[in-house]
Amino acid sequence: MEVPYTSKPRPDTGLYNAKVGIWLFLASEVMLFGALFSSYILLRVNALEGTWPHGLLNIPIGTFNTAVLITSSITVVMAWASLKLGQFNRFKIYQGITILCALAFMVIKSVEYKDKFTHYQVWLKDGETIRGHIEVPGIEGKPWFMTHKKLEAMEAVDHITIHPDPKPHVASAGGEAPEAHKSENHGGAEEHAHEPRRIEKADIKRLSAFVPAHSTYFAIYFTLTALHALHVMGGALVMAYLWGPGSKMWKTDPERFTNRIEVSGLFWHFVDLVWIFLFPVLYLL
Amino acid sequence: MGDGHSKEDIKKHVKLYIGIFIALLVGTVVTVLAAYVDLGHKMNIALALLIASVKAFLVAGFFMHLTSEKKTIYTILACTVVFFIGLMALTVIAHFDVPTIAGSGH
Repeated sequence: MEVPYTSKPRPDTGLYNAKVGIWLFLASEVMLFGALFSSYILLRVNALEGTWPHGLLNIPIGTFNTAVLITSSITVVMAWASLKLGQFNRFKIYQGITILCALAFMVIKSVEYKDKFTHYQVWLKDGETIRGHIEVPGIEGKPWFMTHKKLEAMEAVDHITIHPDPKPHVASAGGEAPEAHKSENHGGAEEHAHEPRRIEKADIKRLSAFVPAHSTYFAIYFTLTALHALHVMGGALVMAYLWGPGSKMWKTDPERFTNRIEVSGLFWHFVDLVWIFLFPVLYLL
Repeated sequence: MGDGHSKEDIKKHVKLYIGIFIALLVGTVVTVLAAYVDLGHKMNIALALLIASVKAFLVAGFFMHLTSEKKTIYTILACTVVFFIGLMALTVIAHFDVPTIAGSGH
């Protein structure tokens, strides 16, 4: 059976069907992300004074990733415009760049996630908290997903070594890379902040990497960014199909193919749109 | 009429798209810089959301062609806006609707 209005507009809506379909889908997506954004608001507004973390994410990396997504948003619309102008080769280039941008975004996001999984906060029994990278005897390199419970179970371990972050606790808006070694002209207490410090296992009250269990902030951060990343992957898969095997349709039904590019582009812009809000909300505020 | 999809129109659009692309990059830089300026917590949040909304308008309005769409799409989105506002309103109501438990001090 022939499905009508795949390329010609339906008389009553004035639109080809897929366009109505994608907008209905995007409307449901608005509600999906809206629900999670409202969760974020509720968690944040109700957080106890001074407990909402700031400056734990890497702002330069986040900014760069925002630029990557924005770039992919222009190339996706240029790919569609190229088809409208009948330039299939240019379409291939723009669509290709879009897919590469999507991949770049995912690689950068993975690096960010990895940094979080190996970066720790330690709460000591005397009330002090320290952030930094830890060494655990018997574990090669940076341990992933270590917790105080796991430490507890490691009978042979009686201490850990922590390399505190250059700017302990008071990270305000600045999310500087830990490597950024500042000169020693800081005041007394901060001067020794960089030096590795031995911490007895018995003194540790809680230890957590920057994983969802760390705090409500990281719980909502990972929920929102992982859901967004799933959308990036889904969009990239569809666009890769339309760049590769799916592009054969250009020869048989160019109008319908152009519409497919428009519809996948609409989804992609939506993914970009979500990120436009996620970036300031999670990284900057 | 006014479909805006003739070849000449598309060529004009392409220039607009590039302009918006640059505006979006500038907007990103401005958001980041604004976050480093201390305007007071609430003002910082308001400014960041304002810039994000402008960027969102540019993407939705031009990249997604919402400034010149058909009525069906606007109807769908009007419903979405109503439900979205309802969702956020529920959040606000929930925030203020905290039961007082006698003697707990909450």
